[in-house]
Amino acid sequence: MTFRVGQRVRIAAREHAGHHRTPGYLKGKSGTVERVHAEFANPETRAYGGDGLPRERLYLVGFDQREVWPGYGGRAADRIYADVFEHWLEGQA
Amino acid sequence: MSDHDHEHDHPHEPITTAGEPPAAARARALDALLVEKGVISREDVRQGVDWLVSRSPADGARLVARAWVDPEFKDRLLEDARSAALELGLDPGPSPVVVAVENTGDVHHLVVCTLCSCYPRALLGPPPDWYKSLPYRSRAVSDPRGVLEEFGVELDGDVELRVLDSTADVRYLVIPCRPLGTEALAEDELAALVTRDSMIGVAVPAAPALA
Repeated sequence: MTFRVGQRVRIAAREHAGHHRTPGYLKGKSGTVERVHAEFANPETRAYGGDGLPRERLYLVGFDQREVWPGYGGRAADRIYADVFEHWLEGQA
Repeated sequence: MSDHDHEHDHPHEPITTAGEPPAAARARALDALLVEKGVISREDVRQGVDWLVSRSPADGARLVARAWVDPEFKDRLLEDARSAALELGLDPGPSPVVVAVENTGDVHHLVVCTLCSCYPRALLGPPPDWYKSLPYRSRAVSDPRGVLEEFGVELDGDVELRVLDSTADVRYLVIPCRPLGTEALAEDELAALVTRDSMIGVAVPAAPALA
């Protein structure tokens, strides 16, 4: 499943044993696709001597800071962004 | 050889590796193994390190200054930073994609790598130590306005703060706001105002003091 800019997505809340780049503080949080980057080798297999294939599409996903951090002290409009691989994204209506 | 047993006449403590972090010993062991197995050569490692430490924020500053004086170049920089760097004859480095983001009167960007130290090294040189520190990496995402205050940056009331938690494949470069009162400056004079920290988002370039 591919996603488009502006689409609402949720970061999968699953555990993952071993190297992965999905920030723990964003797991289970919902955000919006801001950019669709290229496809890159999957670091979750490359980290262990694999070839990282198939390549995975990487997305820049943006979140409201207040939804990520309960008690966030900044302003309501503040956002946080992270690059997340496609297999960590779940579509939302 | 653990003792300091060579003969010369200047006094010093034995040169040891005691006290180095475990990761350093692991890196050296990996390096030695890769060389021994012929995967890489000492010369490859030396050239890689030389290239990394030869990079400097002056390259990023040239991109920013050109973007300040040439709106069409800024559009190309925002569209494809790698091509824009090549256009100025800069070396954008090997694989990682660089994405430039623009600060305006309404939006301020701050870059961090919570996982390790991902950074646009090709255009800014090696990251500062604080960028790799645990306090910066954790607080830049959860309390970014507090971090900015500690760096001496106070954002105006309605400015939206955007934190970018970057990872290995895509590196982010902030195009800071051009300071007021710099209309008469030439491009190279503008580049001199663009600090490394302002391209990470923890500082704001200032106009030169009036003579």
